[in-house]
Amino acid sequence: MDSDEDTFDNDNVDSGNVSSGDDDFAMEVDISSSRERQTEPEEYHYEVLTTDQIVQDMVDSISDVNGVVNLPRTITRILLNHFKWDKEKLMEKYFDGNEDKFFQDAHVVNPFNKPNTISVPKVTKSTTDEICEICFSRNPSGMMTGLECGHRFCKQCWGEYLTTKIMEEGVGQSISCAAHGCDILVDDVTVTKLVPDAKVRVKYQHLITNSFVECNRLLRWCPSADCTYAIKVSYVDARPVVCKCGHTFCFDCGENWHDPVQCRLLKKWLKKCDDDSETSNWIAANTKECPKCNVTIEKDGGCNHMVCKNQNCKHDFCWVCLGSWEPHGSSWYNCNRYDEDEARAARDAQEKLRSSLSRYLHYYNRYMNHMQSLKFENKLYASVKHKMEEMQQHNMSWIEVQFLKKAVDILCQCRQTLMCTYVFAYYLKKNNQSMIFEDNQKDLETATEKLSEYLERDITSENLADIKQKVQDKYRYCEKRRKVLLDHVHEGYEKDWWDYTE
Amino acid sequence: MSLVSKMESKSSATSPSERRLHKELLALIKEPPPGVKVDVDSVGKNLQEWKINIDGVEGTLYEGEHFQLLFKFNNKYPFDSPEVTFIGSNIPVHPHVYSNGHICLSILTDDWSPALSVQSVCLSISSMLSSCREKKRPPDNTLYVKTCNKNPKKTKWWYHDDTV
Repeated sequence: MDSDEDTFDNDNVDSGNVSSGDDDFAMEVDISSSRERQTEPEEYHYEVLTTDQIVQDMVDSISDVNGVVNLPRTITRILLNHFKWDKEKLMEKYFDGNEDKFFQDAHVVNPFNKPNTISVPKVTKSTTDEICEICFSRNPSGMMTGLECGHRFCKQCWGEYLTTKIMEEGVGQSISCAAHGCDILVDDVTVTKLVPDAKVRVKYQHLITNSFVECNRLLRWCPSADCTYAIKVSYVDARPVVCKCGHTFCFDCGENWHDPVQCRLLKKWLKKCDDDSETSNWIAANTKECPKCNVTIEKDGGCNHMVCKNQNCKHDFCWVCLGSWEPHGSSWYNCNRYDEDEARAARDAQEKLRSSLSRYLHYYNRYMNHMQSLKFENKLYASVKHKMEEMQQHNMSWIEVQFLKKAVDILCQCRQTLMCTYVFAYYLKKNNQSMIFEDNQKDLETATEKLSEYLERDITSENLADIKQKVQDKYRYCEKRRKVLLDHVHEGYEKDWWDYTE
Repeated sequence: MSLVSKMESKSSATSPSERRLHKELLALIKEPPPGVKVDVDSVGKNLQEWKINIDGVEGTLYEGEHFQLLFKFNNKYPFDSPEVTFIGSNIPVHPHVYSNGHICLSILTDDWSPALSVQSVCLSISSMLSSCREKKRPPDNTLYVKTCNKNPKKTKWWYHDDTV
């Protein structure tokens, strides 16, 4: 492996890496620091769980806690949900003292207070009939049921009530007793017992599983469309996780893996891209207000003599200096009054907006460009597969042609990284390190485009042997440059090099 | 047709929702709580719309005033809450009542329970009025009335303090 690396290092120089002295310097620094760091990034352990495994995980959590606190499982489940499935926190609070408050906060009747202290006016065991306060019908006691809080309704009304909550309101874990003002939660066994319709019970199970995943810090649904797996980690971190469906995402924020930019800035960026605020930026930069009536005007012709189309205004003014047209006299296309004070302020404001917009567009276009290319690389996989088959007919073994797939893999990784570097760069304040970063970015981008070119165009059956060497050199180089860039940014995070413009 | 016979002609009501409304109506006619009177003529055949007159309670800011509430029920009642609004010429001036008759009261949406009834809703509204110490419209009345959905249950209510 070592010797292999050496050859490609040498090849780099030949394969047209044009770099300035600065670049070389940057590379040296980064390479040495990345070598120091090689042992550092520890493995991030996670599991991909199917829905059944999630349910099992939930059951296991309940058992774990039950082993210690010895409560009915139904109550343990409600308690765990209350503590967002944080077992340690539950135990801590449980052994903390105030038992009544503990159960009250979780909306459970304290199971140790039996017979319960809440007055139960409706339960009079001597009579055989009770009135259900929902349907107002008289029912034999056997048909009436309720939770530990003592509010009893007929089983049919319970079923109807739970069904409405589950199907109409989409409530699972947090259905409370049907009595007005009673916040005692309905446990899962009771729901299962009282809901007659299997379809509703399935939905309930879904809701419960979903709330288990969503309120559990250590679990996250794979955000890929139609994927039903969830990822389980042992501690939360902004790390890439790969789902069984093939989707790679950041465990912390759920977005596509976005190294080197951090979750917070990525989120801000995505919001900015989505926002209409950029439309208003465009308006601000490409239009002007009529200096008299303030209606917004987009210039659509060449003449600078503007006549406001607002019928109540019809103000004549000069587009260039925003002063009134009159003193311009007959010098139509030549505004010689440019420096007049009144117009200067308005122009300065527009200038500022325009430059901030063009800055944004600079980063946005490059970001979008890589995103678009990344989408096209899916097509590339198909064409590469075809080429690999072709090559195998030209006396190359299966193993010998695998480099092509590897090359596309690396191409995609590089595009993904480059895309995110533009988000990072947009928020980055200029300093010496940011210039090194930009050099690294430029270098990776040049190499990535070259690799892309090889893969899309240059492979023909005639030059196979030759191109293989080139492609391999190039992707190894890309891979290495990508690592250098990322390590440099990570080092910056540790050493606090990065200042942001926000 | 006497009230009772009108009611009895309905005793063959079929759906659980109708059965319960039927029982509530009978009880409200037979033993109305003070200041609450259901307008029997307004009750439609399928019991889905009722008008109820309530009087301002003596010794409160609304003494001597008369108001009318419109209740609309769907066939999910009592599992789904009724739609309740003030109607008519006199909409009470109250910090939780908008000038279009919509009422900001949590038991009408989020805190609804099937164990509540028309009677308990009327009493809650009546006591909400009674505890008022200064007659004024909600602060966001103008905007709300202009922009809200006709059905107050479509409004995502942010409940003001309960003390007013």
